[in-house]
Amino acid sequence: MPPQSPISTFAPAPPGFGCPPLDLDAATVDRCRRLARSIAAEVTAFSQGHSTVATERTVLRLCGVRGADADGVPYVNRVVDAARNSGLLEAGIARPLFATAAAKGLSVQACAEAVAAGTVALRAPLPAERTAVDAQAALAADCGIDQILAQRATRARLLHELGSGPQPLCYVIVATGNIYEDVVQARVAARQGADVIAVIRSTGQSLLDYVPEGTTTEGYGGTYATGANFALMRKALDEVGAELGRYIRLCNYASGLCMPEIACLGGLERLDMMLNDALYGILFRDINMQRTLCDQRTSRRLSALAGIIINTGEDNYLTTADAVDAAHTVVASTLVNEALARDCGLQTWQLGLGHAMEIDPLRPDALQLEIAHALLIRTLFPGAPLKYMPPTKHMTGNVLRGHVQDALFNLVTVLTGQGICLLGMATEAMHTPHIHDRYWALESARMIFGGGRGLGSDLLVRSEGEIATRARLVLDEALALLERLAQTGLMAGLQRGLFADIARDPKGGRGLDGVFERSGDYFDPGEARIDRELDRIAAAEAA
Amino acid sequence: MNPHGRSGAQPPDLTRVRAYGDTLDDGQVMLSFSLPVPFGDEAREAARQLARQMGLHEPQVYHAHDLGEGYTYFTVYAKSPFVVDFTAISVPKLAGQKLDHKAVESLWHARFADRKLRILGACTGDDAHTVGIDAICNVKGWRGDKGLESYPCFAVKNLGAQVSNDRLVAEIRAFDANAVLVSQVVTQKDCHRSNLAALVDLLEAEDLRDQVTLLCGGPRLSHAVALELGFDAGFGPGTLPSDVASFLVQDAVARAQPPQS
Repeated sequence: MPPQSPISTFAPAPPGFGCPPLDLDAATVDRCRRLARSIAAEVTAFSQGHSTVATERTVLRLCGVRGADADGVPYVNRVVDAARNSGLLEAGIARPLFATAAAKGLSVQACAEAVAAGTVALRAPLPAERTAVDAQAALAADCGIDQILAQRATRARLLHELGSGPQPLCYVIVATGNIYEDVVQARVAARQGADVIAVIRSTGQSLLDYVPEGTTTEGYGGTYATGANFALMRKALDEVGAELGRYIRLCNYASGLCMPEIACLGGLERLDMMLNDALYGILFRDINMQRTLCDQRTSRRLSALAGIIINTGEDNYLTTADAVDAAHTVVASTLVNEALARDCGLQTWQLGLGHAMEIDPLRPDALQLEIAHALLIRTLFPGAPLKYMPPTKHMTGNVLRGHVQDALFNLVTVLTGQGICLLGMATEAMHTPHIHDRYWALESARMIFGGGRGLGSDLLVRSEGEIATRARLVLDEALALLERLAQTGLMAGLQRGLFADIARDPKGGRGLDGVFERSGDYFDPGEARIDRELDRIAAAEAA
Repeated sequence: MNPHGRSGAQPPDLTRVRAYGDTLDDGQVMLSFSLPVPFGDEAREAARQLARQMGLHEPQVYHAHDLGEGYTYFTVYAKSPFVVDFTAISVPKLAGQKLDHKAVESLWHARFADRKLRILGACTGDDAHTVGIDAICNVKGWRGDKGLESYPCFAVKNLGAQVSNDRLVAEIRAFDANAVLVSQVVTQKDCHRSNLAALVDLLEAEDLRDQVTLLCGGPRLSHAVALELGFDAGFGPGTLPSDVASFLVQDAVARAQPPQS
C-alpha cells in the first residue's frame, strides 16, 4: 500500500479573494455552535446504535459484491432482504454472508448470487467460526477501502498536476436522462468554463430502495445514478480536463433511500462532490427521519474517507418557506449539519454547506438582504467552501429577466467570497438546461467573477448599516431556534415543522421498516479500519 | 378606445397580423439555437439556411459562439412573412371570474352554508417537485395570496410528491374528494401528458370521473392542454391560489342542483 495523501483537495481561497469583514457577537456564535454540537450528539448516538438496510447493502458493496439479477434487483438487495427475512440482520450482514460462503466453499460474490437465486440459505456463523469469518470480512472491506483511498490519492495527484479552476468554482448541472448525452453536455460545459459537473438524478430515484445497475439512457428530469454511469462520466471529465489543463470535478446525489450506497459508489468511482444532507430527504422526500439520520452517518464517513466534498441542502428550505422570514432556519440548519458532519470525520474543506438567493428580486432591499445572508453564512464557516444556490423560486419564464437575476446572484457570490457557485440557468423552472443555457450562464459567471474577484476584500460593510444589522438579527433568530431544538431534540423539532414549514412524524415517511437496532454483537467489517483512517487523516490535517 | 395604441400611426390589419419590431409588418423575430456542427463560416451559413427553411426572410446571424466538441450556438434575427388572422382566434378560457378570498367564501356560504369542498392535491407519477402544489395548497400560499388550506370552506389534503395514479384513486375514495389538483413539474419527453391522460382513463374505468372536478397545473400546462387531456381545468405559470379557489367555488355552484326553495 502506498501512503495515501490525506491533504485537502480544496485549496484555500487565493489571496485577494474574500469577503468584507462582518462584525458578529463572538459569544452568540459560540453559543450557536455549542447548541448545534449537543443537538448533533444526540443524533449521532442514535445512528451509532442503529443500522439500516441501505447501510448493510453499503457494507456488501464495500466488500466487493457487485451486479444484479435478471430482474435488475442488485444482489446486495437480495442478500440483505434474505438476511432480514431469516432474522439474521440485527448483527450486521457481513457475518451471515461470509459464514455461508465459507461453509459452501463459495466466493462471496458467488454466494451472494446463490442466495439471490434461492439455492443457498444464509446462516449465522457458529461460535467457533466467528473469528475467522470476521477476519475474512474485514479483509474484503479493506479492499474496498483501499480502492477508495487510491481514488482519493489519484484526485490529489490530478489536482496537483492539472490544478483547479479559481474560486468561486462554477458548478453546472446536466440532466438529459441519457448518460451518453450527458457526457456531450458535460464536456461542452467544461470547455465553456465549468469546474464542477453535477449529473442530476432521475426524478424518482431518491425513493428507489435500490441502486440501478449499468449505464442508463432513460430518465425523467435527470439520469439515474449508477456505478457504471459514474465511471463513464468520470472518464469523460478526466479526458477533457487533461486537455484543458484543469481538473473537472464530478458531483452526484448521495441522498434518498440509497444515500450510503451512492456515497460508496462515489468513493469507488472518484466523485468529488456529493449532495448529502442530513435533513433534506426527511423534509422534501418524506423519507423517515430515523432512516435518513442513520444513513447520513454511514455516507458521510465514506465521503470523509474518500475526500469528497459534501453539499448540504438548506437552500431548499427557502423554496417552500419565505426566504426572508425563514433565513434563520438556513443558518441554524447549516450549524447542525456542520456538527453532524464533524461527528462523521469530515474536514472543514469538505463542508459545502448550502444556502441560496431566493428573496423576491422585486423587493426594494432584496440585494442588501441577500448580501447580508450570504455574508453571514460565509463569516460563520471560514475555511468551508460553501455551496451557494441561485434563484429558482422567482424565475418566471422570462429568460432575459432570469439571466439578470442570475447575474446579480453571481455578483453576490463573488462579493461574499463563496467557494462553490451553482450557476443559475435563465431557463430555470421551464426545462432542464439546454447546451447553450449553460453557455449563457458560464459566460456571465466568467465575466462577473473575473472582474469582481477582488471586490469582497476591498469593500467594507458599515457596522450599523442594513446588511450588518440584518445579519446580526438572523443570527439571533438562529440562536433562538437552536435553543428550542436543543430542548426538544432534532426529531421532535422536525415533527413540529421548525424547518421549511414542513412537519414530519418520526414514525412516518418512507423507509422506516428498513431501520433496526444493532444487536450487542453487531459487526461492520469496515468500521474499525475507517475509524483508523479517519483518525489518521484528521491528525495529518491538523499537522 | 384604440385597442392597439397606434393613435396617429397606421393601425394593424387584425386579419393579417405579422411579427412587429419597430415598423408595422416588419416581421422581426429572434431565434436562438445550437447546431451540432463545428464553429465557422459553414456553421453560420447552416444557421442561415435553417432559418430560411423555417420560411424566414433575410436571416442575419448576429452572434455565433464556439461551444466546443463540434457544437455552435447562434442568435439569429430574421423577417417572418407569415400572417395570423387574429379575429378568427378562439382560446378556451376558464369559466367564471376571478374572486378574492372573501368573495370565494361568501359565494360558497350562500350556496352550501357550512359544508366544505373536499380537495385532494398531489404531485403524481415520478414527479418529486412539490413547490407548485405546496404553493397552491399550503396556508402560506404564494406571493401573499393565501393557499387553499386557509379557506374555511375547503377541506384540503395535500398528498405531496410521487403519488401513483392508483394511489391517488384510492385516496379520492377514502377522502371522498370533490376536487383533485394534480401538479406536474417534470415534463421531460412529455411524461406529464401521458401521466395525466392515464389518470383520466383510470378515473373513467373506476367510474369516478364524473364525481370529481379534475384540475392540473404546472409550468408547461395550460387550460387548453388540460381540456385536451380530459381535465376540467388547467393552470399555468403564475397561478395564484385564489385563481384556483375562484374556479373551484364557481364550478361547484354550477355543478350543484338548483337550490330547493
